[in-house]
Amino acid sequence: MKQSFDQKQYNQTIKTYQPKPNYFINCLKAFVVGGLICMLGEGITTFYVEVFNFSEKDAGNPTVTTLILIAALLTGFGVYDKLGQFAGAGSAVPVTGFANSVSSAALEHKSEGLVLGVATNLFKLAGSVIVFGVVSAYLLGIIRYSWKIWF
Amino acid sequence: MDYVWAFVVGGGICVIGQLLMDIWKLTPAHVMSSFVVAGAVLDAFDLYDNLIEFAGAGATVPITSFGHSLLHGAMEQADEHGIIGIAVGMFQLTSAGIASAILFGFLVAVFFKPKG
Repeated sequence: MKQSFDQKQYNQTIKTYQPKPNYFINCLKAFVVGGLICMLGEGITTFYVEVFNFSEKDAGNPTVTTLILIAALLTGFGVYDKLGQFAGAGSAVPVTGFANSVSSAALEHKSEGLVLGVATNLFKLAGSVIVFGVVSAYLLGIIRYSWKIWF
Repeated sequence: MDYVWAFVVGGGICVIGQLLMDIWKLTPAHVMSSFVVAGAVLDAFDLYDNLIEFAGAGATVPITSFGHSLLHGAMEQADEHGIIGIAVGMFQLTSAGIASAILFGFLVAVFFKPKG
């Protein structure tokens, strides 16, 4: 996008008025919260392996499902969004952040009805993740497959 | 020890995301999309499996593993059915995550009241 001189100047001018993020504190918060969520995931994985005899690899799916259920419920109670304000990327990057973006988008548009509100907006925020994931996986899959055939 | 590495690696991935948000002013949606692509790229070079073996849930819980699972499922079917298998297997490993996100997201929206 080509920016005109005025826009550039504007961006320069507002910079001094924007709050400077505290990089270290933000990173520490993200590290602790993100790490704790992953530790919880590790605990759930161990639970499925020990109690339901999943193999270490197969336990990934039920773990993700459980985390998504927890995150969706916490979003419903309004807890996850508070956590998100505190932890930033620490709560957005784990798969719980994906679940949060699905349920919060759906919840936000509830007043517009079940079909046009909830169902239509379900993937409003999370859709980009799926689109970019599928497109990149498709292209990389084709590249890797051709590589294997030719070499 | 599993828990320690899950904590360190999972937390480290989140720190990278936080730095992207703070320094380059990316929105969470941009960070999540980039991470999914990064996970798929890492899996294309067979690196992500090593990370999972090393960190367990520290590598499977962050959204990067979504990209990894997409490509992994696609390649599994590609081995059997050729190029068409990429589309067949795309959601094979991630269907649990997407299906449950849709179901629980919908149910939460139906039964809870929006806050704030």
